Amino acid sequence: MNMPNTSMEGGQLVSHDMVMIAKKQRLQDFFFHRVTQGFSLLVLVALLGIIISLFINAWPTFQKFGLQFIWRIEWDVINQDFGGAIAIVGTIASAAIAMVLAVPLAFGVAVFLTETCPAWLRRPLGTSIELLAAVPSIIYGMFGLFVFAPLFADFIQVPVKALLGGMPLIGFLFGGATNGMGILAAGIVLAFMVLPFVAAVMRDVFEITPAILRESAYGLGCTTWEVVRQVVLPYTQKGVIGGVMLGLGRALGETMAVTFVIGNANRMPTSLFSPGTSIASVLANEFGEAEGLHFSTLFALGFLLFVITFVVLAAAKAMINRAEKAKGS
Amino acid sequence: MQIDNTLYTKRRIASRIGLALSMSAMAVGLAVLIWILYVLFSNGLSALDLNLFTHDTPAPGTEGGGLRNAIIGSLMIVGLTVLVSTPVGILAGIYLTEFGDESKTAELTRFVTDIMLSAPSIVLGLFVYAIAVSTVGNFSGYAGSMALSLIAIPVVMRTTENMLRLVPGSLREAAFALGAPRWKVSTMVTLRAAKSGVMTGILLAIARISGETAPLLFTALNNQFFSTNMGAPMANLPVVIFQFAMSPYENWVRLAWAGALLITMTVLILNILARVVFRDKVH
Repeated sequence: MNMPNTSMEGGQLVSHDMVMIAKKQRLQDFFFHRVTQGFSLLVLVALLGIIISLFINAWPTFQKFGLQFIWRIEWDVINQDFGGAIAIVGTIASAAIAMVLAVPLAFGVAVFLTETCPAWLRRPLGTSIELLAAVPSIIYGMFGLFVFAPLFADFIQVPVKALLGGMPLIGFLFGGATNGMGILAAGIVLAFMVLPFVAAVMRDVFEITPAILRESAYGLGCTTWEVVRQVVLPYTQKGVIGGVMLGLGRALGETMAVTFVIGNANRMPTSLFSPGTSIASVLANEFGEAEGLHFSTLFALGFLLFVITFVVLAAAKAMINRAEKAKGS
Repeated sequence: MQIDNTLYTKRRIASRIGLALSMSAMAVGLAVLIWILYVLFSNGLSALDLNLFTHDTPAPGTEGGGLRNAIIGSLMIVGLTVLVSTPVGILAGIYLTEFGDESKTAELTRFVTDIMLSAPSIVLGLFVYAIAVSTVGNFSGYAGSMALSLIAIPVVMRTTENMLRLVPGSLREAAFALGAPRWKVSTMVTLRAAKSGVMTGILLAIARISGETAPLLFTALNNQFFSTNMGAPMANLPVVIFQFAMSPYENWVRLAWAGALLITMTVLILNILARVVFRDKVH
């Protein structure tokens, strides 16, 4: 056995210089590790910073109105009397309308891209949907204000109001001025905006479905639509829900696309056509002139918006992560 | 023997209808993209001339004018953001792949980064206002860059991480076997192997922040005059577009369309470039 012998020789071979180099490298690695770690922790620090700084600046409002702030309808800058209900309702209503329209469309796009699209068109069409996601939101806003709203007023609001406005039970939904701006218009513009985000997630999870599952279903005689509805969709359920919630998170927090078309009225919306306001658009419009309690109220709204979107996005991410883990097993 | 085909026909028709609907959904998506681009070109091209780059934003009620101060301001704010967020994002991405595999903090960081990618950008503006504007006492280009970095860093970080994960482990092992320390392996072997992917991330981050308006409203604000002082309020394209589009002056609205065309083209070209860079190098 000459094992100990060689190792002893090895021991002798290690010169002082080599030890120094090894030590230096260990030190360098230690710093490299800590520096990169520090940078990656910046994200967590930023998150904590956002929550704390928003809450501190919002404190006077929370202190004065308490939890009731959420369902108070008052918005009186002169008498310093504020409630968040109008903006919260506007945010949720416009986002909900956007999701109702965007989800079926996104599903269709994803099905088309994964099932029916010829292979050579997949890439260019997929890219163009991704480009739709890249268009800055302020462009959607301008498009909504100058192009969509006038068309919407003439071709949708006026006829729909004439047709359904007088109906009992649902007639009230279509009351109000027909100038093209309002909750419904904002919802539609938002739908165009979130469509590509939802479609991209859906397409990615549809592609995860193992080929063998699809092929077995086709082998049993399923039609393409049945394969999508009964094999692909159940298999990718979590990912699809995750994609929808990701879109919802985007829609809730969107500023520019909404601010241009929602009408910016601090009144509780009474119909789909009536102008309203959302948390983000109140911030964009009023922050510049806000002082005192008004200022802290805007921070309070920002805090609520951040908390709501954080919860929605966290749930979305957890769903998508689980869907992607299922791929591995 | 007769075969009853009614059920099969029904299923086939249902399938046809479903697929036709999905195709029309795709058509709607494409139509919206083409419509938006058409609107941008038809309104923006007429205002796109040399004056746009040689004149500053006009005062209310005056004729003509351009967007020189806003273009320079945007370039400076975005440039500084990229200078800061690229190294930070890349190093943080390296940590997540090379060191943070099992740790709970890395897992949490990854999760929070993904959420920050979609967090409402106006809230990021509020946050930066609270920490960098109200404390200093004035709006500034630096604050604008800070708000944009909060968006750009997560983008660079996550793409870097995803791209580094694609680098085969054997490459790292080979480098370690030669006695290279970790920092050399990370920066000179894996990062180099993933170079084109990381570039893609940076291009996408630039595309993402060049059109962001909401975070700049409360941070860089706007400036009617030409200024290269980043410590003071600074003109920038998105905020100018926002103010001008909502204004009653005809030449302001025209300038807003021209600015919108400039921004959208920049963003779309960066996006396409990012895809080309990545596709060319990956094979």
